[in-house]
Amino acid sequence: MRITLGLDSTSLTRRYPRLAILATLFMAFALPLGLYLAALAVFPFNTPEILNGLAREWLGWDLAISPYRNLVYAGFLLLVAGIAVTYAAVFGGASTWVERRVAGRMQSRIGPNRTGYAGFLAWVADAVKMILKEDTIPASADNLLFRAAPYFSMVGLLLPFVVLPLGQGTVVTDMNVGVFYLVATSAFVVVGILVSGWSSNSKWALFGGIRGAAQVLSYEIPAGIALMVPVLMAGTLSMQGIVRAQGGCPWEWFVFRNPAAFVAFFIAVTSSLAEGNRTPFDLPEAESELVAGYHAEYSGFRLAIFLMVEWANMWIMAGLAVTMFLGGWQIPGVTAEMYEHARGTGLLPTPWWFGLQMASMLMFIIKTWALVFLFIWLRWTLPRVRVDQLMTLCWKYLVPGAFLCFIVTLLWQILVPPVGMRYTGYAFTLLTAFLLVKFLLATRRNIDKVKGDRVDLSNW
Amino acid sequence: MALAISEYFGHITDVVKTFWEGLSVTLSYMLRRPITVQYPDRTEKRVADMLPSRYRGLLEVDMSVCTGCMACERACPIAVIKIATDKDPTNPKQRVITQFDIDESKCMFCGLCVEPCPTGAIQHTREFESTRKFIDSLVVRWVPDPEKPVPFYRPVKGQDAPRAPVGEILRKHLAEASWLARPNIFPEEPSQGPSSDERKP
Repeated sequence: MRITLGLDSTSLTRRYPRLAILATLFMAFALPLGLYLAALAVFPFNTPEILNGLAREWLGWDLAISPYRNLVYAGFLLLVAGIAVTYAAVFGGASTWVERRVAGRMQSRIGPNRTGYAGFLAWVADAVKMILKEDTIPASADNLLFRAAPYFSMVGLLLPFVVLPLGQGTVVTDMNVGVFYLVATSAFVVVGILVSGWSSNSKWALFGGIRGAAQVLSYEIPAGIALMVPVLMAGTLSMQGIVRAQGGCPWEWFVFRNPAAFVAFFIAVTSSLAEGNRTPFDLPEAESELVAGYHAEYSGFRLAIFLMVEWANMWIMAGLAVTMFLGGWQIPGVTAEMYEHARGTGLLPTPWWFGLQMASMLMFIIKTWALVFLFIWLRWTLPRVRVDQLMTLCWKYLVPGAFLCFIVTLLWQILVPPVGMRYTGYAFTLLTAFLLVKFLLATRRNIDKVKGDRVDLSNW
Repeated sequence: MALAISEYFGHITDVVKTFWEGLSVTLSYMLRRPITVQYPDRTEKRVADMLPSRYRGLLEVDMSVCTGCMACERACPIAVIKIATDKDPTNPKQRVITQFDIDESKCMFCGLCVEPCPTGAIQHTREFESTRKFIDSLVVRWVPDPEKPVPFYRPVKGQDAPRAPVGEILRKHLAEASWLARPNIFPEEPSQGPSSDERKP
């Protein structure tokens, strides 16, 4: 008799193929959808005014003068945090699967395809495995710092979720210093990297931590200045304000409205790759030189947190670039008045408003996943740069380039009339479309170069 | 100065060009069919049947044509094969094989045992899937029961030994054996004492 545990998904899958498909559908679609709906149901109404109003209307309880009101507000904030943490974990896990499958195909392999339908549940199995493992702490490590380091990284991952706008109204809070807050809090990740590298008391980890610190601190400068370009164009630091200043159609996006913004977009994406320790800038954990770098000594749940932070950071990086340059949640043809109209004047908005919100969230998700795919694609295209090349790229190319973009944007905003910006938008959209077609044709030629090869997406 | 400036901008154009080409190459590979063969369950036929005919896989012995010459046992450089013979108690002229064990976990698939075999009884097959939970289960006992020994085969002059097709017997054996099968160790003499107890987990 073959003895199987309930967790032996291979044998379960073999016995009940439909169960595998159901589990995959749940993890891949129902769970994220539920999280988005929860965000939509909680984020826009998480203000004292609306909570007070709802409590008065539904429960007949005047929350505004209740002694428990701070407790209720804190409870709702915990709910918000719970949604953000769960979303980060699910996105981080799912993107590892996407990364492994894309990497597989790019290397003429297949990638994980056995746990669940198309191997999607591989990340769940990995997470379960990591949680079940022993949490080892090296004998000579600094006990307290070693155990605390993953939480620094975790905080750096989760704080940016507060201002990242998922949709027109779906944002935890629309700070008037949103961009500043996001750049400041996402730098927290490097504290975790540095602390873990130092406290592990291992050469590999220390090298990784120091490299991480040097790299992230250097790349904060071009990233920060490149992100100033859309701030200058919108005239506000609020994330929602920046998205509102853009439009739904590509020629209304900031990236195409100004040649300097076009360059700044690439500078910002490159710098955020470096800040997120993604290849080609994964020097802190360079596996061929430093084993695993700063998290070489970690195991179990703490390692899982580090890996989750690394992958979920892609969402922050991509979401930031989409918000600042690519029009965020804007739907083509939907104006601010239409949202106002659908919102109505009641305490709760009309169902139309919820529909519009979901459409705007969908726009944001599609754009963000496209950028995440670009990050993954870059990772499997480029080799890792050396430390001196990393610094050369930052200080000799990105920093001057970012400053130049900054100055050109200033002049552009003063000198160019709105009509000129519109035509620049059309011109750059056309140019990008042309380059995209040219790129796809070049890809086609690359496939045709090898005799007998053709576009074939079979063999899953 | 002019040279330095052209070098500086040359680096930038280099970066753009290499990104363009590199991304195009990786994308083109993403759109092609992966060359991976999806072993074990998404192949058109069994992988063992797709291997070349001279593949040296698991050993198989056709006991009906084994002459008991023990040439294979002597040829084996690492003592994988263990053969014991005896006289048939009912017919003193007839010699019998009471033990023919091949330890597949030790075998290095060199093929030296196949070469001296006069009848071709011992052969490499194309089978290779023999994982077992217990390593001792990999000892294949071609004479399953020492109480029922196999008589020596006498070759007929000018006639090939009627050997079964290579792989048929082993496939049947592998189909019967389960992954969790307990080791089927040759019963040792009681005089050898504790060694048989040591094997028990």
